[in-house]
Formats: sequence, structure tokens, C-alpha cells
Amino acid sequence: MPDVQADVNIRQDGDIRIIELKDRKILEELQIRQIEERLSELVEAEATPKLLLDFSAVEHLSSAALGVLITLNKQVAEHQGQLVLAGIHPQIYEVFKITRLNRLFSIQPTAEDGLKAFN
Amino acid sequence: MLFDSRPLPHRVVIPSDLRAARQIEEEIIRETEALGYSPQCAFAIRLALEEAMVNAHKHGNNGNPAQRIVITYDITPERAVVRIRDEGRGFDPDCVPDPTAPDRIPLPEGRGIMLMRAYLDAVRFNEQGNEVQLVKERS
Repeated sequence: MPDVQADVNIRQDGDIRIIELKDRKILEELQIRQIEERLSELVEAEATPKLLLDFSAVEHLSSAALGVLITLNKQVAEHQGQLVLAGIHPQIYEVFKITRLNRLFSIQPTAEDGLKAFN
Repeated sequence: MLFDSRPLPHRVVIPSDLRAARQIEEEIIRETEALGYSPQCAFAIRLALEEAMVNAHKHGNNGNPAQRIVITYDITPERAVVRIRDEGRGFDPDCVPDPTAPDRIPLPEGRGIMLMRAYLDAVRFNEQGNEVQLVKERS
């Protein structure tokens, strides 16, 4: 089986970094670690990072991936930045609700809504 | 439904390795899809299998690929039954803290068992705590 590479598209809108997660499934340990590293670099690159994570393409997410998001959220908060999640598939949003992580994160229906959620 | 140790028709033994685990997950999902399980049902089964495999590998076998994971399963038109066994000492599932407690929500780990229970019809552990039985009724 070939190595899994995380497929991430990053673009800029003003001072907001939009990170589009292109993988349908975010399950693989290596893939999750790669995403974590990319996101961590983005946080460290800015004085007050503003990150919008677009999950529109994602259909499956493991609890390990949720763990990465929690760590990222903390890291962004430490830099007085802002993290917004958007485009979360209803089945995955249910996972956020069950685990009550919907209370921890700023979650918007679409990336467009997500852009408006930044200060 | 209680944990039972009646043999299931399919038995696969893999090294404790998440790549190998994922191949079995895919095979099980293919079988449910072939029997017309709904996408929601397949989502639930995949999620639970993933969490159970990661638990078996990381916590049961301490990530040691020299150890094994034994997967037994039966996918029928009515339900999917999967058992996942590691070679660890086991644990007491009743002692796992509630990940939705306010002080635990910010922690990055500890949600796997809760998610399995939320998405499946039954999640049972053997007495030793090193084998989990997952049951999902077809929908």
C-alpha cells in the first residue's frame, strides 16, 4: 500500500489563511501528523494567526484528527489568533456534537460564512 | 446483547499495524455495502472500527508491530458483528473518564469508546478488557 500523503490546499484571503482539507478520509496516522505539522507551521508563521479550515471535502474523521484540532485550537489561542472550522459534513458535525466539541470550536456552515466570522 | 465468545465465520489475524488494520476495515465496509447497508450505517461502522483498531494497536499492543490483532466478524443482512482482540493486559472500560466532562473537553484524547457507543447498537468488552465486540443493526 503506498504511503498516504495529506492533501491540503492553502490560500490567503486578506489576513486569513484558508486551509482546504482535500482528503475524503482523515484517518491515517501519518496523514494526520502531516496535517498537524502544516497547520502548526502556519500558526507559528503569523503573530496573530487567523486560520479557516474548510472541511467540505471530508467525509470521515477519526478521534485522533479531532485531537489535532484541539491542539491546534489551543496553539492558536496562545498566539491570540482565531481558528474557524467550516463546511463540516452533517455526519461529522454529529461527532462534534456528541463529543461536545461544537462548544469548543467556532464552526460555520460554509467557508464563506467562516470568512465573515473573523474579527 | 452481551459479549459472547461464540465463533464468528470470518477470522483474520494481522500484525499490530494500522495499515493492515485499515485493509480489514475496508473489506468489512465493502461487505456491508454489498448487503445494502445505508451510507449512515457504513459511516458508523467505519468510525467504530477505526477507533477500536487504534485502541487495540496503541493502547492494547503499545504500538508494537510484533504483536497481533485478531479480528473476527459476521456481516449479515440484519447486522454487522465485529470483535477486535489485542494482546494487551486489557482495561476496565467502566473506568474510562467521560470525555464530555467540562474539564476533559479540551483534552486531545479519550473519545474513542464514547464515539463507538454513540454510533453502534452495542459495544461490549470481554472480562479481561482486551477484546471488544461491536454490533450495528442494519439500517
